[in-house]
Amino acid sequence: MGSTLSPVLSHHWDAEKSWTLATYEADGGYQGLRKALEMDPADIVTAVKDSGLRGRGGAGFPTGLKWSFLPAPDGGPRYLVVNADESEPGTCKDTPLMMASPQMLIEGVAITSRAIGCDHAFIYVRGEILHVYRRLLRAVEEAYEKGYLGKNILGSGYDLDVTVHAGAGAYICGEETALLDSLEGRRGQPRLKPPFPAVAGLYARPTVVNNVESIASVPAIITGGVDWFRSMGTEKSAGFGLFSLSGHVQRPGQYEAPLGITLRELLEMAGGVREGHELKFWTPGGSSTPLFTAEHLDVPLDYESVGAAGSMLGTRALQIFDDTTCVVRAITRWAEFYAHESCGKCTPCREGTYWLKQVLGRIEHGQGTMEDLDTLLDVCDNILGRSFCALGDGATSTITSGIALFREEFEAHVTGGGCPLDPAASALFEYTPRRSDVRALSGTAAGTVGA
Amino acid sequence: MASTTYEPYEGAKLERLERDAAAATARYPDPRSALLPLLHLVQSEDGYVSPDGIAFCARTLALSTAEVSAVATFYTQYKRHPNGEYTVGVCTNTLCAVMGGDAIYDELSEHLGVGHDETTEDGKVTLERVECNAACDYAPVMMVNWEFFDNQTPDSAKQVVDRLRAGEQVAPTRGASSVCSFKAMSRVLAGFHDGRADEGVGAGEPTLVGRRLAREQGWEAPSQSSAGAADGGPSAAGQDAPVAPEAGGEQSSVDTPSAPPSGGTSDTTTGRDASKET
Repeated sequence: MGSTLSPVLSHHWDAEKSWTLATYEADGGYQGLRKALEMDPADIVTAVKDSGLRGRGGAGFPTGLKWSFLPAPDGGPRYLVVNADESEPGTCKDTPLMMASPQMLIEGVAITSRAIGCDHAFIYVRGEILHVYRRLLRAVEEAYEKGYLGKNILGSGYDLDVTVHAGAGAYICGEETALLDSLEGRRGQPRLKPPFPAVAGLYARPTVVNNVESIASVPAIITGGVDWFRSMGTEKSAGFGLFSLSGHVQRPGQYEAPLGITLRELLEMAGGVREGHELKFWTPGGSSTPLFTAEHLDVPLDYESVGAAGSMLGTRALQIFDDTTCVVRAITRWAEFYAHESCGKCTPCREGTYWLKQVLGRIEHGQGTMEDLDTLLDVCDNILGRSFCALGDGATSTITSGIALFREEFEAHVTGGGCPLDPAASALFEYTPRRSDVRALSGTAAGTVGA
Repeated sequence: MASTTYEPYEGAKLERLERDAAAATARYPDPRSALLPLLHLVQSEDGYVSPDGIAFCARTLALSTAEVSAVATFYTQYKRHPNGEYTVGVCTNTLCAVMGGDAIYDELSEHLGVGHDETTEDGKVTLERVECNAACDYAPVMMVNWEFFDNQTPDSAKQVVDRLRAGEQVAPTRGASSVCSFKAMSRVLAGFHDGRADEGVGAGEPTLVGRRLAREQGWEAPSQSSAGAADGGPSAAGQDAPVAPEAGGEQSSVDTPSAPPSGGTSDTTTGRDASKET
């Protein structure tokens, strides 16, 4: 199982003008919606529940179960909000999906909205992917023209409006309640749960928030059926997903495979690690997931197996780093990211990520002490599980796992007064390190990145 | 509720903004949801979130200017001083930085003589370090007005900014057939279509690498008509409903339902075992 690819979402990405409605229809597009409109909405929910589809945005919560949490209709509005705010470092699957196949997402939106009794759905897309936003706006327009959205869809009597909304640059808006606050025109800060969005979401109404890839998987589940979907993947991690290989790998890119495939198999398909080098560490699901090494090449990439091995499947963002990469540099840069993106609402995350960044910065630049490593672990311990959302938790993942796996390398920065590795060796092109790098190597200036 | 009687704009500009603002607010059940689009709209007129623009948003949505400013300062795409015609952002998050993004940023910074969030004297280019832009398989990545410039080197990046500053049309790797101005981009982000969705490619090489390999190898997902018959897959017959993970279980910080609605308090366990990570 899992030794071949299974293109479903990516099936027509290589077609001419793949993003247009005509191309999508030629590949069987909107058959799922036609079928769904003839089904009882409750049966659509049941089908997705039975399929075992789990949230593809990182958390892995069963999608159909999430839908079923909506309270019984009370006559007021209910909303579907698609989380297209893809920003987790390393994660690059929803963006190419929406660029190449926005109609698949729109069809999923229509089916899901029908299932949950929603007549106005929103797609919240990050503002930093301009052309994807254009494609989504156009896709919605085309779907209206063809009668897949709007009034009386395909003569069914069902009405649905879809609004595509651009964010403005904030990682935290990928957290579902922060996303809802942002969509309401506020600062994107997570809400205390409960109440959960299913009960009080957008405008305090029952709301389902789902990731792009989750929603885009729905049409195939409706046309293919539960048994078909479950014939891929594992019992508890059913179906297919996009595995995004990046970094020091010969052929980086999107590989759509059944859940449970291993990195060893994927690397083989991708031509292996950069020529002349060996795998040093990797993330199974983005920068919020604990690091893995070559020891974990055969861990099946499904929710349970990755969890049992001490990390998380996350977004299947497989960032590959070879033996030239300084793990301290990598982790420090991620820490800077979390400090930058912490929304500031919860003290442990706001203050903790700030100090993680400072302490890691001085270790990277050769000015740290051995006690700093204990300080880092202590700060991580004080962040983990102590904030409203998981941003702070994610900030600790690579630090705690990185120190556990590569303690000697951290210590070498302390005892050696700087980084023992050459940053130029990691780059994909030849260059002469500039002054800032030299400074770092000699340990005279411990400035951290001000981004 | 607006704290000022100051009239932010006048004449044709005011008329245009009021018409566009009405179109933006009409997309939402609650007009306040249009605040982010309106701030993009203000940038499309003024090149940044100007004091006039803040007053305009406040008046349009019956908010105070403080409430609007609070939102505007939260998001990095809203600029607090006039932006260059092109925002050039080099990804210096870990993956791109390691693959060469740091070197590209350093080279560009020296070449342009500006640092992060600074604009060249000719007003053409505002340089930024940007966070992960969801194109890691094309690393190192540079964004120009949020269009993708994939697989960059210091030289290719310098060529792009030189051409932009010379007033040439420059095409992104994946995007419209040429990069538009910061103001034109901001208008699109406000939800006003520029009719360019059909320009450019559907995907670059890395996006298609798995799809093409599958075609070469003859790999397909199981046929939808022979559902459940595929080798090795579990049969759904007689299978229990999927097992829900523990409430508030393992998760990353994106798209995160922490727990079903029935549970979850400040004491709820995160489900993560720190000991496994140390």
